[in-house]
Amino acid sequence: MPVQTKKIINDGNRAVDEMLEGILAAHPRHLRSADGSPRSIIARDGPRPGKVGLVIGGGSGHEPTFLGFVGRGLADAAAIGNVFASPPPDPILECAKAVSGGAGVLFMYGNYAGDVMNFDMAAEMADMDDIEVRTVLTTDDVASAPRDQRQKRRGVAGNFFIFKAAGAACDRMLSLDEVERIARKANDHTFTMGVALSPCSLPQTRRPNFEIGADEMEIGMGIHGEPGIARGKLRTADEITDEMLDKIFAEMAPSRGDKVAVLVNSLGSTPLMELYIMNRRVKQRLDDIGVSIHATWVGNYCTSLEMAGASVTLFHLDAELQTMLDHPCDCAMFRAG
Amino acid sequence: MTIDAANLKRMFEAIAVAIEADKDRLCQLDGVIGDADHGIAMELGFNAVRDALAPLDLAATEPTALLNTAAKSFLNAVGASSGPLYATAFMRAASAVKGKATLVEADFIALFQAMAQGIKDRGKAEPGEKTMVDAWQPAAEAAAAANLAGKTLAESLKAALAAAESGAEATKDMIAAKGRSSRLGERSLGHMDPGAASAVTVIGAMTKSLTSAL
Repeated sequence: MPVQTKKIINDGNRAVDEMLEGILAAHPRHLRSADGSPRSIIARDGPRPGKVGLVIGGGSGHEPTFLGFVGRGLADAAAIGNVFASPPPDPILECAKAVSGGAGVLFMYGNYAGDVMNFDMAAEMADMDDIEVRTVLTTDDVASAPRDQRQKRRGVAGNFFIFKAAGAACDRMLSLDEVERIARKANDHTFTMGVALSPCSLPQTRRPNFEIGADEMEIGMGIHGEPGIARGKLRTADEITDEMLDKIFAEMAPSRGDKVAVLVNSLGSTPLMELYIMNRRVKQRLDDIGVSIHATWVGNYCTSLEMAGASVTLFHLDAELQTMLDHPCDCAMFRAG
Repeated sequence: MTIDAANLKRMFEAIAVAIEADKDRLCQLDGVIGDADHGIAMELGFNAVRDALAPLDLAATEPTALLNTAAKSFLNAVGASSGPLYATAFMRAASAVKGKATLVEADFIALFQAMAQGIKDRGKAEPGEKTMVDAWQPAAEAAAAANLAGKTLAESLKAALAAAESGAEATKDMIAAKGRSSRLGERSLGHMDPGAASAVTVIGAMTKSLTSAL
């Protein structure tokens, strides 16, 4: 009998629905589920006539991504899938209907084959209901494809900045064209690298999703446990952070005087102590090259169940993106401005 | 020999049983190059199909309606990538046999080919990209060729299964070009694609169920 991972659950197959019940109970001021569609989570105060509706979504197991970012000034709705699996078209369509204010709807989600198929089917169905839908995929994970194939990359923790910018653009009542342009620009300016130290495990299997040696780490691992780009002996926080930043800098090409926002994100079970140690190094490195930090977030933003590990994201700001980042939002699990 | 709604219902029940038995192996195959949940998604999907078909009045249900019910229930239970792929397969199967109360052997071959084409169209995948298409396409081609050569449905499906098995085996030598494992590049070499593996299980159960009924 293989060792089972320990989790506080009742029934693996009910984990997502029971989590949603708990989230709605905790955040009644921010969230509701769409009528007859419990996996469609809608902002109570967000959708309104004339505003582009922002629908995000994807698999469960990444909390607070996605539904923690539903609220006024950010996403209007999130469609929730099974653990690490895209939601089907129906709950996505229900989200689109619930947030459509007549100015169109933007779908935003990480670039994964399953999500693309399900969201595209939902977009076709929304079109039949005369709701115009555009799609912007997030592709911030530097580790997941070479630079000349950026469109193949995964969307990971950088979703946080990209959704934030797009949500602000929607909240400022910009047109669908403008919202889409800003969303794409935010994606192009966002760079993430992750490192995994120990595996996650699914509630249904309660077996580690991958094997990694007790003294090993894997750079570039995906948020579902997809293999990364290099596995090696666990090194110090500064060495790991440097390796990730070197790759990010090579892509971002920062100049002295530039501004960034920083996100140091736990993949689930890495504590704040370690994240702040990494953030200290991020600050040192940015200081060294004369890049100033406009704002920093440290904590759980895009997780992978109980995976140990972390990611660093830099959001390369210009005046417009900074305005969008600073725009106030009020979500169930995140507030700004 | 003709196939009716009752045969198709039993076929879906047989697939659900086979997938359930194979779930852990499929999750393990997926764990090597993906996120370890392919077996769970397939089990959820085919259990949902079985549950959705259970209350149907088979005497009053044409194959098209049954297949559309299967498509909808699979999709709504799963999402993921297998949801749209298999749901599209069943929808295309439904439209391939539209208006027919019972299916003759050539109808079932057409249905089978429509499934493979649906999977290919929805996933925009070509053979050689290390996906379930590498099992489904050769299976559909083998079934059609056998049928054209005058073989029985049982013989045609056996040929399809053999082609699916060698197609899945061949994915070990392929570098993934689609789906989550595509970011692995050469590290996907040496491992069977879980979607191709589950396609063999599905086609095997279809073959066994329909062959024993013949």
